[in-house]
Amino acid sequence: MGEVDVHALRGVDLDLTTGEFVVLLGPSGSGKSTLLNILGGLDTPTSGTVHFRDHELTDFDDAELTRYRREHVGFVFQFYNLIPSLTALENVALITEIARSPLDPLAALELVDLGNRKDHFPAQLSGGEQQRVAIARAVAKQPDVLLCDEPTGALDVQTGIMVLEAIQRINRELGTTTAVITHNAVIADMADRVIHISGGLITGVDSNDHKREAAELTW
Amino acid sequence: MSALNRKTLRDLWQMKGQAVAIALVIGCGVALFVLSRSLLYSLELTQNTYYQRYHFADVFATLKRAPDVLADRIAQIPGVSRLERRIVVGVNLTVPGLAEPAMGRLVSLPDTRKPALNQLFLRRGRWLTPRRDDEVLASEAFADANQMHVGDSFLAVINGRQKRLKIAGIVLSPEYIYEIKPGDMLPDNRHFGVFWMNHEALSIAYNLEGAFNDVTLSLMRGASTAEVIQRLDELIEPYGGLGAYARKDQPSHMFVDNEIEQNRQLGLIMPTVFLGVAAFLLNVVLSRIINLQREEIAALKAFGYSKWEVGWHYLKLVLLIVGVGMLVGLPGGAWFGHEVTGMYAKLFHFPEFKYHLTYDVALTATLVSVAAATLGAWGAIARAVRLPPAEAMRPEPPTNYGPTVLERLQLGHWTPPVVRMILRQLERHPLKTSLSVLAISLAVAIVVLGNFMEDSLNYVINAQFRLVQRYDMSLVTTEPVSRRAVHEVASMPGVLTVEPTRSVATRMRAGPRSRRVSILGIPTDSNLYGLVNVDGHRISLPPDGMVISRKLAEILEIRVGDSVQVEVLEGKKPVREVVVVGTLQDFTGVSSYMNIDALSRLMREGPVVTGVHLLVDPLEQEPLYRLLKDVPQVAGVTIKQHAIDSFEKTVGENMMVMKQINLLFACVIAIGVVYNSARISLSERSRELATLRVIGFTRGEISAILLGELAIVTLLAVPLGLWFGYLVAALTVSTLDLELFRFPLVIERTTYGLASAVVITASVASGLLVRRRLDQLDLIGVLKSRE
Repeated sequence: MGEVDVHALRGVDLDLTTGEFVVLLGPSGSGKSTLLNILGGLDTPTSGTVHFRDHELTDFDDAELTRYRREHVGFVFQFYNLIPSLTALENVALITEIARSPLDPLAALELVDLGNRKDHFPAQLSGGEQQRVAIARAVAKQPDVLLCDEPTGALDVQTGIMVLEAIQRINRELGTTTAVITHNAVIADMADRVIHISGGLITGVDSNDHKREAAELTW
Repeated sequence: MSALNRKTLRDLWQMKGQAVAIALVIGCGVALFVLSRSLLYSLELTQNTYYQRYHFADVFATLKRAPDVLADRIAQIPGVSRLERRIVVGVNLTVPGLAEPAMGRLVSLPDTRKPALNQLFLRRGRWLTPRRDDEVLASEAFADANQMHVGDSFLAVINGRQKRLKIAGIVLSPEYIYEIKPGDMLPDNRHFGVFWMNHEALSIAYNLEGAFNDVTLSLMRGASTAEVIQRLDELIEPYGGLGAYARKDQPSHMFVDNEIEQNRQLGLIMPTVFLGVAAFLLNVVLSRIINLQREEIAALKAFGYSKWEVGWHYLKLVLLIVGVGMLVGLPGGAWFGHEVTGMYAKLFHFPEFKYHLTYDVALTATLVSVAAATLGAWGAIARAVRLPPAEAMRPEPPTNYGPTVLERLQLGHWTPPVVRMILRQLERHPLKTSLSVLAISLAVAIVVLGNFMEDSLNYVINAQFRLVQRYDMSLVTTEPVSRRAVHEVASMPGVLTVEPTRSVATRMRAGPRSRRVSILGIPTDSNLYGLVNVDGHRISLPPDGMVISRKLAEILEIRVGDSVQVEVLEGKKPVREVVVVGTLQDFTGVSSYMNIDALSRLMREGPVVTGVHLLVDPLEQEPLYRLLKDVPQVAGVTIKQHAIDSFEKTVGENMMVMKQINLLFACVIAIGVVYNSARISLSERSRELATLRVIGFTRGEISAILLGELAIVTLLAVPLGLWFGYLVAALTVSTLDLELFRFPLVIERTTYGLASAVVITASVASGLLVRRRLDQLDLIGVLKSRE
């Protein structure tokens, strides 16, 4: 078998506006994770440009990308990626220590209703609780952009909804631009805009006139 | 404390067993480094201060008899700073509590002033009363060995007359830090001692009034030693000068220097091995941790921790382990240093031998260990630094599997499933398997290294005392005597065999290189003295020409067939060209041998001898000793058994201590390596093993899979380690190729056996420790977590 160039994304043209809640919807392998990674400064596209405010992300070197992530981006991962050797509070503090104007770590945990579990280690928390700690960790730095990669992918419906509620609340209360990627079409109902991705292409963009509350969702 | 630092501490706590094992290996390396460096420093400092404060001479010369006025002419040689003329004579002693004769050397001290050179340190008692002829100052080594105190007395045969001498004081001299009888390799302080006596009394006793027979000089800064020696030789030649020599050829100084040099060499090899192993272990362990923490690293980076912050985070873990190692190693090294200093104090007689651990030794040790550990961990840390955050988010791609050699050979179905699993695991991670084998083999090598010195020394002792010195007793005369003396000795009671010896002091020259060395004349096919090579092979002494030590050939840069200019330093002082007909791979010093008749022809002298080698009936030893004591021409008698006993008492005891220390260190490294390998293996496979348990494998079966792997790795490592041990031993032998001692590369089967046994035991113990963890395997937990 010879080498084959695989393009995860092709001809993507996309704008996110401040305070917006966007859902990137697409099946597995559609390139949505790659898009999220590029938006978050974790990855760079082989061609094309990405802008953040007045800056061109694609011109950034490693150190500048690190600073971009440090100052502007919050991540929530499918598998939470908490540091198992740190308590919930310490996992949040890990980020607030390097941020410019962070929330108090405990306040961030209270935002996701976990103030009472602050001294628990990840292994002592349920999956949903772990994901909420991850959300607290992501928002504690008061990021401009919150990027969530399948935040409910590893969770059951009920817990998933609790996590989505937390994300929605952050978007509303802090005005954080939020992008959630998912293959779960139901989640699209809570977005301002839904961007459909398939085979590395944006196949359509819908605007939701009637955003639904996370609590109303079910799947 | 920052959350990231907390993570460091918790990670460290999580891996505490492994961390302690690695820290101990580092600790051993540091301890050995500190031990050898601080000992080196202490020895050098002690030696230098002693030499300076007590004016140890730079040049030494012995002659027959010269008038005092010659001393003034010697003092005028350009470059001479201080001069002391003395009388030095050898005497036989009768010491209370000692059946056999002892030998003494009497050195004269100026009656009314301090000597200008080689001043004494008064340990106990008082200085000599001027003009007393029955008082001496005794060397501490002799006094201690014979339990003699100030006020005790003994008998000495002074110029043929027996005289009772009283010990006024017990002293030390920079000339006799290592107090050894001329020609011996090991000290025998019971049977040889140095004494100082008033010059006037000694000159009267030996009819040397207004004369001297020994002179020592110190030189001005920048003076050429070689030139002074040449001028001095010219001046003393008419007075029976035996050839002056520099400090570097002074026996006591040579031994102390030899010891310093040995420490310098050993101080490099062993710490390097330990720190190398520690670096390797850190690499393996940290690689594993970083693999396990891929996603944590990704998260840290995603949240804006820079790659250098991530790198520093893991480096801190390494530095903490090094820190623990230092906490063990520095005091450990200092403690060993104290112990070994104590052992040296028995061997070397310094007024004060203090152990010094300097800040710069501690600092160097710290820097070296930090550097080694960082270097070892660097590969793993660099991977953490480089890991692109987007990639780290995804789990590691699965290993590419293929059929094993056994399966390719169609032999797979012959092996039971568990064995097949073990073999596949090993074969599918060839690099990991090789590294584990390598690490464990280093532990084997350390045991071999720790033990081979003893094997080597035992071999040397055995060869020296059984193959080379086949005699029971050797006897040296005060000056050459007729060969008839051999028959006289032969007729003494108890004497079974006698062979004559003729020893001639010479200086050998080859081009610009020269060396003072005695030629020993012995009969061809001597039964009592064998010329034996390192391999135990005896070489025969040709009827003519000279056989010299390989080391001497190296020093003079000559080969077999070359001729050497031999400048005899006694008698008529002939200068001759002598062909080197063979070289001898001997163990100690530098020597040169000739057929005794050929030597007589060289000397243009009749059949004379300067000593004999004897085989003695053990039952008749007592009367023979008594008889020999009363023969005035006998300068000294050496009983071989005393040398062996004295060796076993001093060097043997020290060897035992060193051996135990080495064994301890080897065990630390073996357990450190094996335990770490087993833990990493467990960590890598716990998921797989838990799965097996869930689908119905028993604890025994999964233990067999994990421990079987360890067993195979250990069994592969043992022969490799023995080979490594052999190589490192060979390296050690070649770096310790010093002039005074040379160690042959001898490794006994017991050493190989011990090395294998220690590592296999450590392996089994580590296996059992890990097996306990296997029993506690959290089946559900392991399956739930994603790796």
